[in-house]
Amino acid sequence: MSRVGRDLRVTGVVQGVGFRPYVHRLATGLRLSGRVGNDVAGVFIEIEGTHENVAEFLAALPRDAPPLARIERVEVTACTTRGAGGFEIVTSRGDGTRDALVPADFATCADCLRELFDPSDRRHRYPFVNCTHCGPRFTIVRDVPYDRMRTTMAGFPMCTACRAEYTDPSDRRFHAEPTCCPACGPRLALGDSADPLGDAVARLADGQVLAIKGLGGFHLAALAAHPTAASVLRSRKRRADKPFAVMVTDLRQAAALCEVDETGERELTGHRRPIVLLPRRPHAGVAAAVAPATGELGLMLPYTPLHHLLLRDLGEPIVLTSGNLSDEPIAYRDADRLIDVADAVLTHDRPIHVRTDDSVVRGGTVLRRARGHAPEPIGLPLRCPEPVLACGAELKNTFCLARDSQAFLSPHIGDLTDHETHTSFTEGIAHFQRLFGITPRVVAHDLHPDYLSTRYAAGLDGVELVAVQHHHAHIASCLADNGETGPVIGVAFDGTGFGPDGTVWGGEFLVADLAGYVRAGHLRPVPMPGGDAAVRQPWRMAAAYLPDVDLPVAQRNAARWAPVVAMARNAVNAPLTSSAGRLFDAAAALLDVRDEITYEGQAAIELEQRADPSTSDGYPAAVDDLVLCGEDLLRALVADRRAGVDLAVIAARFHNGLADAVVACCARLREDTGLNAVALSGGVFQNSLLSRRISDGLHRNGFRVLTHRRVPANDGGISLGQAAIAARLTTAVPA
Amino acid sequence: LAHGAGGKATQTLVEAVFLEAFRNPVLEPLDDAAALEIGLSRVAVTTDSFVVTPLFFPGGDIGHLAVNGTVNDLAVSGARPLYLTAGFILEEGFPVADLMRIVTSMREAADAAGVHVVTGDTKVVQRGKGDGCYVNTSGIGVVEHAWRLGAHHVRPGDAVIVSGPIGDHGITIMLARGDLGIESDLESDTAPLHDLVAALLEVAPGVRMMRDATRGGVATVLNELARAAEVSVVLEEDAIPVRPEVRGAAELLGIDPLYVACEGRFVAVVEEAQAGQAVEALRAHPLGAQAAVIGRVGEAPAGLVLLKTAFGGTRICDVLVGDPLPRIC
Ligand SMILES: [Fe+3]
Ligand SMILES: [Mg+2]
Ligand SMILES: [Zn+2]
Ligand SMILES: [Zn+2]
Repeated sequence: MSRVGRDLRVTGVVQGVGFRPYVHRLATGLRLSGRVGNDVAGVFIEIEGTHENVAEFLAALPRDAPPLARIERVEVTACTTRGAGGFEIVTSRGDGTRDALVPADFATCADCLRELFDPSDRRHRYPFVNCTHCGPRFTIVRDVPYDRMRTTMAGFPMCTACRAEYTDPSDRRFHAEPTCCPACGPRLALGDSADPLGDAVARLADGQVLAIKGLGGFHLAALAAHPTAASVLRSRKRRADKPFAVMVTDLRQAAALCEVDETGERELTGHRRPIVLLPRRPHAGVAAAVAPATGELGLMLPYTPLHHLLLRDLGEPIVLTSGNLSDEPIAYRDADRLIDVADAVLTHDRPIHVRTDDSVVRGGTVLRRARGHAPEPIGLPLRCPEPVLACGAELKNTFCLARDSQAFLSPHIGDLTDHETHTSFTEGIAHFQRLFGITPRVVAHDLHPDYLSTRYAAGLDGVELVAVQHHHAHIASCLADNGETGPVIGVAFDGTGFGPDGTVWGGEFLVADLAGYVRAGHLRPVPMPGGDAAVRQPWRMAAAYLPDVDLPVAQRNAARWAPVVAMARNAVNAPLTSSAGRLFDAAAALLDVRDEITYEGQAAIELEQRADPSTSDGYPAAVDDLVLCGEDLLRALVADRRAGVDLAVIAARFHNGLADAVVACCARLREDTGLNAVALSGGVFQNSLLSRRISDGLHRNGFRVLTHRRVPANDGGISLGQAAIAARLTTAVPA
Repeated sequence: LAHGAGGKATQTLVEAVFLEAFRNPVLEPLDDAAALEIGLSRVAVTTDSFVVTPLFFPGGDIGHLAVNGTVNDLAVSGARPLYLTAGFILEEGFPVADLMRIVTSMREAADAAGVHVVTGDTKVVQRGKGDGCYVNTSGIGVVEHAWRLGAHHVRPGDAVIVSGPIGDHGITIMLARGDLGIESDLESDTAPLHDLVAALLEVAPGVRMMRDATRGGVATVLNELARAAEVSVVLEEDAIPVRPEVRGAAELLGIDPLYVACEGRFVAVVEEAQAGQAVEALRAHPLGAQAAVIGRVGEAPAGLVLLKTAFGGTRICDVLVGDPLPRIC
């Protein structure tokens, strides 16, 4: 029987996920000889065996790979045979370029969970159990190649038992870098309590607020159903209304609080374990202060052994929210900032190297991309001729490094005007450059001159700067998310973005590809009296749109109504804006839903929650010359309100009318351009009622619709769009 | 050209065009006033052009500003103001009565500051080519004190002092300009600062630098300082004096008082040990009644101004490129 030999090079997320033992099992099962090992580029494999078995190996390799592995590429070359022998796992090689990828942090796997609750297991109730299929990764990695010495586990030398598992290729913990046990690993602490876990559970049961160290930072926790705990947490954290996430023990508890459909169940139980936004049940058993004025709850299942222990011992859902004061980033090195917020701190001695928030998803779409996703690469629809850094936007900032056809999007960073967040941004960029061996030659940034991300870019030496218009970046982000390059009709609806004409854009119809865009249409501009103050106070947008309106909103704000109208008329700090977000604000204020907000997008979110999804008609709006007249919608809304029409119906008609006008604009644009694909991007598209109505309308009209899945439609996706545009603009196009 | 609200755009313009063209050792520091040695005397010279709409506003007019602005640039440079020049660019048809009012108030302001207007110039431009009246003043003063003042003397640990409540002038102008129908007793803070500066220098030889907080306000002055001295400045929001009327109007206008122009306030950086006596001396003077320590100079992050908010967060207080534009997406 003739034997053949093959050399394989596998790149992608193939280290720290049990890939080599998997290859070992697969190869020995097929009676192949050879070896497998890690290097800085990924995994190298040499195999030799019968033609048939080698072929089967090549077919099975990607198909049966471990759950956490993500194979980007397998290069196969023929090589000479060396004669039969065994198959071995060899030690790591340290040469080559850095193509090996650091895995994301993943939820405790089923095997570890069994051990956690098995009284006969040596890791019974040990809060740090993990293996090659689960546990901390990105948040503890200091440098590459990924091995224990370069993680925050370096300070915990393995005991004999752990080392035996770690060096046994047939063991689930073979080269599980963060592996540990009660004898050698991290320990919990709660003050000087002898039983930190029991103490924490008792305090939570008693209605106290606890700070709990997690994977990417500290959380604040309180019993979700307790009559006062959540509101105490709210006032201490200084967070007025923004909903808290809730951690439930299992799917059964989840289903008691929310309607969990198939997608929701998959998201809740997947290894990324994000916060999943779900429709709450009418009498969901959580205190009112958990998520006021919204019809949704953000649920998550336990994702660390510590969570599993806490939730199981407690037996009921807890609020689990980022450990910070409002506007600050999540605390991760120590809990000093939380001393006045929490009654006690449940902590441990495994350091967190990179602050990472929980991810948030809804209906299969990522709304905040962080833990469980970062730093997994996103494939770009084109190659970058030069390494790229994209600096993102200002709030909900993320940055993005790209090389070849891979984009490494940072986890959610947050509001850059906060100094500590800004430090996360600059340190995060340096860390990513090191991890992925990328030295950017091209740096993309927003057009807004005052964004701190723009300032950062401008301060870099020896790089080529690419300024990208905000809404072009949104559409490019949606294109990249869908693996496309355009051209498309792009509908970019968000809060605000710097327009090159000096006005504030935010309700834009672009004809765009990655190389450029034409602003083909937009919402009719109105003044934004007070600039950012108009964002914080939606009633100002009601005054800007309808200065003479005779509704309660004008009476409620009577003292400031006339001056704000005058500011709008006389252009005193009242830039013009075509923002769709501000149109929603005006509608929400006119309907008495909200005059002032305490978190981003609050007015629009609460307006959507009020809308009756079964109402199918909508207000008409003129779209002459592709200028969508938002005022038409508001005037119809006011007429209905005067006529005493139900608020839920009015809110729905407003949504429907705007959606219908958007579809009409797209239809007009198709006539002009012949383009049949529409990309929907910008934070406004996190409004599911509006998104669904627009998508349905476009589909009915035969359009192909691109929406976000892997990156957020909001400004968290901007950096990916900037990177794709920068890659395209630095690509030499043959004449 | 983006018009200069005293922000980054203006600064870039000055550095790229004027400093490039005129570069010399006296100009280089781009201070408010130039220090010259002529024979045995040390002389300070400065110039400033004044464009303001409206020309007349509560608490003053363009004439007041033109005198006080130049007097103050000399005073914060450590010089005693002596002589002024005055140049006028008038739009054809500008009422003589208005010109009389402006000149009369210049005379009053000069008397109050103890300076003489010793030479001048007038040009008339076509109707529609000017906003009624522009004024330029230059000033000459004598440097009487041996103190060396300037950003390069600033050290981490120094106290940052403001001589009084901020934002009065800019908010007054915005209210006067906007026809907003807001009832307010607010007046511009326009005033000559030489006397107040002298009172400060007398008790606090540890003054490192002073700047009047005109265009771009206190935030812009401190950003320039942070960059020039390669230090950080950390402000305590609660400590910054702002009149309630100014705070209220600024909130309505959507403007941060830290970026609003003053015409009678200065920022001083003082050796920490003398901060107490410095504030005391300022408060003893009618123009400095609400003087306060508003922050400290630090080492890192070099070049940044940070604001510790009442909520306990720390915000970056950067220079704005031009007019503030919304950033919340
Ligand atoms: Fe945006
Ligand atoms: Mg000046
Ligand atoms: Zn596991
Ligand atoms: Zn162990």
